[in-house]
Amino acid sequence: MLAPSLRATAVTALLLAGAVGLFSLLLLTSGKSPLDTFAGLVGSTLGSAYGLGEVLVKLIPILFTALAAALPARLGLVNVGGEGQLHVGALFAAAAALALGAATPRWVALPAGILAGMAGGAAWALLPALLRSWDWLNETISTLLLNYVAIRLVDFFVFGWLRDPGSANVPQTRAFGPGFLWPAFTGRVHLGLVLALLALLLAAGVLGLTRWGYVIRAIGGNPLASRRHGLPLARAIVAVLCVGGALAGLAGTGEIMAIQGRLRPHFSADYGYLGFLVSWLAGHRPLRILVAGFLVAVIATGGDSLQLDQGLPSATVNVLMALLLVVVLARGGKRAV
Amino acid sequence: MPSEFLQGWLAGAIVASTPIFYAALGETLVERAGLINLGVEGTMLVGASVSFAVASVTGSTLLGLAAAVLAGGAFNLLLGPLVVARGANQLASGLALMFLGQGLSAYYGKPFVGTTVDGLAPLPVPGLASLPWLGPILFRQDALVYLTVPCALAVWGLLQRTSWGLHLRAVGEDRLVAYAAGSRTGLLRHQALFLGGTLAGLAGAHLSLAIAHTWTEGLTAGRGFIAVALVIFGAWNPLRVLPGALLFGGTLALQIQLQARGAQVSPFLLDMLPYLVTLAVLVQLRKASRGRMPEGLKEVFESSA
Repeated sequence: MLAPSLRATAVTALLLAGAVGLFSLLLLTSGKSPLDTFAGLVGSTLGSAYGLGEVLVKLIPILFTALAAALPARLGLVNVGGEGQLHVGALFAAAAALALGAATPRWVALPAGILAGMAGGAAWALLPALLRSWDWLNETISTLLLNYVAIRLVDFFVFGWLRDPGSANVPQTRAFGPGFLWPAFTGRVHLGLVLALLALLLAAGVLGLTRWGYVIRAIGGNPLASRRHGLPLARAIVAVLCVGGALAGLAGTGEIMAIQGRLRPHFSADYGYLGFLVSWLAGHRPLRILVAGFLVAVIATGGDSLQLDQGLPSATVNVLMALLLVVVLARGGKRAV
Repeated sequence: MPSEFLQGWLAGAIVASTPIFYAALGETLVERAGLINLGVEGTMLVGASVSFAVASVTGSTLLGLAAAVLAGGAFNLLLGPLVVARGANQLASGLALMFLGQGLSAYYGKPFVGTTVDGLAPLPVPGLASLPWLGPILFRQDALVYLTVPCALAVWGLLQRTSWGLHLRAVGEDRLVAYAAGSRTGLLRHQALFLGGTLAGLAGAHLSLAIAHTWTEGLTAGRGFIAVALVIFGAWNPLRVLPGALLFGGTLALQIQLQARGAQVSPFLLDMLPYLVTLAVLVQLRKASRGRMPEGLKEVFESSA
């Protein structure tokens, strides 16, 4: 067990170095010092308790959205809709919190918000899932298109029906009742971290140990053979996409219930896409998602500080993330004709 | 519906559909080679930022366009080693390309944020431009708008009427058979990627130089993904890309027109329309398009690992 995992770690480190090297070249082309940039990147994230806390805060939604991509991927599906599912999850959770009212006792409010968020995410994944299970439309295209719809749907409600009449200039909902808010442990690190870790463990367990997990892996391995053996392909498609959607919905719920306390437009920092990236970096394996997710959370958090300290756009680090993904994809490739 | 409204809408629809058209035309070429590039969005961003930077530094729109074409082609070629040589998952590789384009364009475009260029000016066609009603819609557009139909015909001719096109389509249908028959499948696929990239670069350039006249991070706002969807809409036929692009551009322009007139419809709902319409049409066309998908692409869509 140890030797292969050690070797894998070594290879990963080497590839990481290659990507970092290319990224340094990019920085050099516009006269930025790679050393200063990386020092800033690491220092602002791993260098202090506060920085590490911010990394964990970003890690939470990324873990959920990574699972949202990974579970369908194990079945052979490409869910690029994490961003949309996250938005609709947050919208449902916000609607539940506003409908139930600020006085809702905690033991009702907290689960109600969580369930509503999961339902929202699952609902947003349902249409692509059905379309795919009927063999009508590939889920890659439909989940992508629906991301743009979901973001505008949130805008529509936040600027309209759900808008707090008291906030004249800022489009946002009323603050949620205290019962709905997710408790924080230290700083801004919140309940979501526990939920995300539980979800990872549960996903690993279900995939590895249960009959359902076996069916999913079998279909993912060979859809045609599985269909001929009578495995429930359509049901599995709908199930994994909706479970994935529900998890992405949790990511959105956490963002508004733990970080923001109300729903505002553009509350997600592309977490859906970051999660997709993490899922592929991790080969869609739940436990590796934790490692890849942490790495991506560090880079993304560092990107924010690059923007502040060095005047670089925070999207600069997208280059680094893309390079990492390229390396991992190239390594996993199989054929060469 | 007042005729002035209709006129403004149609003229706007044509402009708005042009970048999506070029991107989808390029992607059609790529997909006929049995590849799918989900990263058109990134290539468009590279084209948009490079053309804007070159045009504003040199003051020449033409140089800006040329730079976008080359940069787009080169950028798409990055996909080659991954998906052609290594056989990596195409959908994930495309998204890596998107991230890369986003990051690179944001990084190198930073100094240009907030600046403007004259860019691509409308080029009224002598005589026709003063036609009543139709003139402003069809004949007071920029050069890239006029070139849409010739470009569609050229790509169609290239695919259907040249031996290069025949080989390319053969690769897209069955890579191994084409290889066995002596086609240089790798080379052909790289050529398709390059050509598709030049068109996506041009698409980005139209967006920054002719529509926005400025550069902002993420200028394309998902148009690259719409382009991918439009290829299916067009059933992999270059000649059928234009109607699809017009439909999308039309819903986009409708929203702008309605807002300009202060219509009492939520801008956010109108904003959703293009995406929902595209989705609805794809579902509607599912049977018609199924049979026309290059065989080699089915392989990509049927398994992800």
